[in-house]
Amino acid sequence: MTPVQYLRCLGGIVKREALRWTQQRGRFLSALVRPLVWLAIFAAGFHFVLGVSIIPPYDTYIPYEVYIAPGLLAMIQLFNGMQSSLSMVYDREMGSMKTLLVSPFPRWFLLTAKLLASVVVSVVQAYIFLGIAWFWEIEPPPLGYLTVLPALILSGLMLGALGLVLSSFIRQLENFAGVMNFVIFPMFFASSALYPLWRVKESSLTLYWICQANPFSHAVELIRFALYGQADPLAAGVVAGCTLLFMIMAVWGYDPGRGLLARRGGGD
Amino acid sequence: MSPAPPAAALEVSGLSHSFGARQALRDVGFRIAPGDFTALLGLNGAGKTTLFALVTRLYHSRQGRVTVFGHDIRRQPSAALAAMGVVFQQSTLDLDLTVRQNLAYHASLHGIAGSRARTRIEEELERVGLADRRDARVRQLSGGQRRRVELARALVHDPALLLLDEPTVGLDIESRRFLIEHVRHLCRQRGLAVLWATHLIDEADDTAKVIVLHQGQVLDQGPVPEVNVRAGVTTLRATFDTLTGQRQEGGGR
Repeated sequence: MTPVQYLRCLGGIVKREALRWTQQRGRFLSALVRPLVWLAIFAAGFHFVLGVSIIPPYDTYIPYEVYIAPGLLAMIQLFNGMQSSLSMVYDREMGSMKTLLVSPFPRWFLLTAKLLASVVVSVVQAYIFLGIAWFWEIEPPPLGYLTVLPALILSGLMLGALGLVLSSFIRQLENFAGVMNFVIFPMFFASSALYPLWRVKESSLTLYWICQANPFSHAVELIRFALYGQADPLAAGVVAGCTLLFMIMAVWGYDPGRGLLARRGGGD
Repeated sequence: MSPAPPAAALEVSGLSHSFGARQALRDVGFRIAPGDFTALLGLNGAGKTTLFALVTRLYHSRQGRVTVFGHDIRRQPSAALAAMGVVFQQSTLDLDLTVRQNLAYHASLHGIAGSRARTRIEEELERVGLADRRDARVRQLSGGQRRRVELARALVHDPALLLLDEPTVGLDIESRRFLIEHVRHLCRQRGLAVLWATHLIDEADDTAKVIVLHQGQVLDQGPVPEVNVRAGVTTLRATFDTLTGQRQEGGGR
């Protein structure tokens, strides 16, 4: 296999992911509507309850909507990552995973390509959201739209890789409801997405440390700082490290000699 | 050092596999030459799907060896997989994508894109009589048409070995006949080696080769007339019943 063939394979996998995203209308719409519901209803409600003081990267008092926008960007990517892992589990039950795995390319490459494909989709979604959020007066500096891109890619990679890990260890589709309860909700709520961590610290030190240990918090902060043209090296480091860790676990999970497929096999 | 025999399209030797305590395959061995149409005959649960999973490297077994045109599936998986086309038991098409998009995705998984992919896709769709449905979404196709699309897809990268796991399940008589004749035609014309797993005995006629798999073991194998002679009967159905110890008449399958 030549490098050109690798590129063609990657291109084909990304294209399929994009086609599936746009042609499954329900998925397409809910991906767009979900964060807007949070912004239009949840944030509007909390607007009057929560005041956010001046904390970096903001240099002035900000309305609550502005505070949660980066958290919602990360949420888009979290859902997207879980969505793609859901589709992997679905693919495996339905067999289309096999089509991918009988490709002559190395399995780590196929999984990485699958991951990159889901990141492309999630980054596009994030920008569509930023475009609409502008009408809610979420107006980061123009340069922020550019500097947020690497942050979105990195956090998309981490959450997509987490999805891959989960998909390699979940046995059946029915178990996926558990992922919602035990992964998405705790990750989202025990993070800095909805409330600044200094406030959490005031109410519960334990919860504060849980939030700090949550890689999702770091994804949110990475995006938050990047959106305002600033770097958060700690967050970037944590997110990059977790990406690598999750990816290694996913490749292990899909290894033909180990992992779930070998232990359980395909229905016979 | 004995001179190496010409590489078989598919060679399986000493292959065993178990899931926990349940042994799915026990010391399975066979050889398929280019141009062979070999029916892998077995009831549901005989181990056909496990065998397919091992041959297509979905997972590895601890014992035994699988080679495709001399390439060991463990040590040279890329060369082995590049030479094979697979039609799995369950449909694996993206229902919301068009026929052509499905085939193009598959072509890219084999490193084929652009005009070469387009040409190959046209050729294979033409061959299965679905060229005019190329832009239809798979969801709009009938079961028989979907199977034909899957066959076309498995052949897009021009493999020399074709594996089909129960390809005719759920198809009407007409679609079934088309599929069998098409594949047998490819064997004769292109020298394609075929492993056709089925529980339908009439899908292997007297010109085919057969492997009888039962409870994870190969009971007999070879050209259908020879296998019949060894079993001391005249039809493959009788052979199958004799070998598997099922003597009830007219099971219909």
